[in-house]
Amino acid sequence: MGRYVIRRLLQMIPVFIGSTFLIFFMVYALGDPVAALFGDRAPDPATAARIRADLHLNDPLWKQYLLYMGNIFRGDFGTAFNGQPVTELLRSAYPITIRLTIVAILFEIVIGITLGVVTGMKRGRPIDTGALLLTLIVVSIPTFVIGYVLQYLFGVKLKWVSPSVSPSAPFNELILPGLVLALVSLAYVTRLTRTSVAENTRADYVRTAVAKGLPRRRVVVRHLLRNSLIPVVTFIGTDIGALMGGAIVTERIYNIHGVGFQLYQGILRNNAPTVVGFVTILVLVFLLANLLVDLLYAVLDPRIRYA
Amino acid sequence: MRGATRLKWAVCATAVALAAVGCGSSSDDSGGGGGSGSGVVRASWGDPQNPLEPADTNEVQGGKVLDMIFRGLKKYDPKTGKATDMIADSITTTDSQNFDIKIKPDWTFSNGEKVTADSFINAWNYGALLKNAQLNAYFFQYIDGYDKVHPDSEGAKSTATTLSGLTKVSDTEFKVKLNQKFSTFPDTLGYSAYYPLPKAFFDDHANWLKKPIGNGPYTVQSYQKGSQMSLKKWDGYKGPDPAQNGGVDLRVYTDNNTAYTDLQAGNLDLVDDIPASQLKNVKSDLGDRYINQPAGIIQTLAFPLYNSRWSAADSAKVRQGLSMAINRKQITDQIFQQTRTPATDWTSPVLGDSGGFKEGLCGDECTYNPTKAKQLIQEGGGLPGGSITIGYNADTGSHKEWVDAVCNSINNVLGNNKACVGAPTGTFADFRNKITNKQMNNPFRSGWQMDYPLIQNFLQPLYFTNASSNDSHYSNANFDKLVNEANAEPDTAKAVSLFQDAEKQLVKDMPAIPLWYQNGSAGYSDKVSNVLLNPFSVPVYNEIKVN
Repeated sequence: MGRYVIRRLLQMIPVFIGSTFLIFFMVYALGDPVAALFGDRAPDPATAARIRADLHLNDPLWKQYLLYMGNIFRGDFGTAFNGQPVTELLRSAYPITIRLTIVAILFEIVIGITLGVVTGMKRGRPIDTGALLLTLIVVSIPTFVIGYVLQYLFGVKLKWVSPSVSPSAPFNELILPGLVLALVSLAYVTRLTRTSVAENTRADYVRTAVAKGLPRRRVVVRHLLRNSLIPVVTFIGTDIGALMGGAIVTERIYNIHGVGFQLYQGILRNNAPTVVGFVTILVLVFLLANLLVDLLYAVLDPRIRYA
Repeated sequence: MRGATRLKWAVCATAVALAAVGCGSSSDDSGGGGGSGSGVVRASWGDPQNPLEPADTNEVQGGKVLDMIFRGLKKYDPKTGKATDMIADSITTTDSQNFDIKIKPDWTFSNGEKVTADSFINAWNYGALLKNAQLNAYFFQYIDGYDKVHPDSEGAKSTATTLSGLTKVSDTEFKVKLNQKFSTFPDTLGYSAYYPLPKAFFDDHANWLKKPIGNGPYTVQSYQKGSQMSLKKWDGYKGPDPAQNGGVDLRVYTDNNTAYTDLQAGNLDLVDDIPASQLKNVKSDLGDRYINQPAGIIQTLAFPLYNSRWSAADSAKVRQGLSMAINRKQITDQIFQQTRTPATDWTSPVLGDSGGFKEGLCGDECTYNPTKAKQLIQEGGGLPGGSITIGYNADTGSHKEWVDAVCNSINNVLGNNKACVGAPTGTFADFRNKITNKQMNNPFRSGWQMDYPLIQNFLQPLYFTNASSNDSHYSNANFDKLVNEANAEPDTAKAVSLFQDAEKQLVKDMPAIPLWYQNGSAGYSDKVSNVLLNPFSVPVYNEIKVN
């Protein structure tokens, strides 16, 4: 087990280097950012040249990349155009997005899995059909529509919550955005759990457990659910990365100054350090989430072992 | 409990990895406070693109803050746009080239330091010096010695660190020598690039940027970059325009729709950017708490006159014809919901008649006339290559809608569906690069927001030979001559009429088609009153009263 974890951690290194280079290359391909700094005005050549030299934009791409990676290992992620170090941006944005992701994941787990189990056990009943219909609706409406509608409904009409999240973004203000962010995934989790549960109710070990005379609750939670969760855990694990990086729409609607906001600003302003810095951390989160998922398999299903 | 130990392993492994990356830290944001505290205006804001220093701020969002925490030699009257003396006691000249500036002695920065002639000279020298790579450096280009401090060619080094045209006479007086005659120079001095700077700026630059110190009616109380800034009324401010409220909380919004929703929900008092999608509802939502008034912004279609497609002798006729083929009224009504006004000259209504705005100066050439348009385009040899495109950037500003509408209008006039199509460029940076590198073959959108309310600012930087923002690379000896004469003319009224004569040359050559004047729009809650927009379409924060 320990060796497996170490091997996986070592495997992250080439993935990390490869992905950062790709991102760096793509941001670089967006073009020269200096012109945009001057607005609708032609930059004066001397100032533009000076800024390019300060940002190392005149060096070849590989040299820029090496310089950048060298700085990263010294803990320096570069500077955004507004003069703020990217590490500072990371420090302020990531906790907010992590909080938002936690809220979203909790919604997925609690509502998604509960609904999935209920519908899976009661296949064909009205509650099953109803839940399926509901998930279909949720999946087919784009996030920004749901986001704006719920914001208007709860924020302006009912005044239950504030339409936007304050800069410090405490958990209680993130409930509505978290729900919006989770909705689509929540629908998938419900459907995945339902199918998996429905399949396993007919499995031999469930019949054995029932025949042994175990209480129904224990059969469902310990035997049926635990084995049915593997595809769901895979989905939620990969979803962590997707939620953190894909929160751009939700973060814009609710004015949350998290990762999505910083990425959006970085891309809009062609600022390579910001974009690469944020995506690099996202890549790490993604890798770790996948590792966690693989390890959880062994916990859920004793038949899976890692030597 | 095999399962349990495995789980522990999994959690540990992940936790170790997370700690190694350094994700575990928690932020200690102090919440920012603010709220609906007594007399504080809560206003929407955008994240400033550059560090907040006078000579490096060239966009509205950073400019808002600078205008609150600084006062310069002059200030533009929020209503009329006229430059009036602020710190300046008098600015005199006899030859329109050498200026003697006397400043009032009782101004101080909020840290107690006196505002002296040195505060200005040092700030201007800093802004002009090439080493500091300030975006507004070109504002000092008319001052003598600029070419030594800031040589223009790429790779050149500066041979002096101070502008030779600035000389201190005493703590309250300094002289400015320009490198050309420029009679309206004093009226440019209200722009933020010319603000004075305290010693703290030069001594501890990094800390100053974290919490800028100025001499204006507000002081910065707290600043969380990228999310919000709290400004407090400075009680020690002795200028004539102290803040009428206890302070201003600026909150960064990424989406102006959210800001608008917050305004409706009572979480925000002032929104100075009404989203396009809400323009239909804004009057019913806000009633008379909606402001829609002209701002010093004009949108044009510029032509790449360096390209052989547009450099032919008869090409001007084609450009005039295209101008007459655009139904400006219909587009401003339908697409912009009257937040733009059809343009009839190359300046802006905010200048006022005395300042040089002349409605209808462009005449027939800017009036929709399908038959004449078609005729002119044919006389000029038709569209080059049979069709044109209109370039725009697709990332910000939702230009697609109006570009398509302009093309439709042209296509209808010519009876040809393929005569004009939009040509989007992905990012603004890329779009600007193409223009700067002279890679355009076809007309492209161009906007100009004035730096100061002078007719000179709408003409010289844009159409003077080799001027800094002459995207068309237009060059006309008569235009240049008239602009030079106007700059040398000490009498304002005469200077303005010379500028207008120069503008008439643009009607003949049509290097850029004036499309419309952009309005500034804002909405406010019933908790505040006396909200105005200045000619730069920025709210006059210090005049806002909290009910």
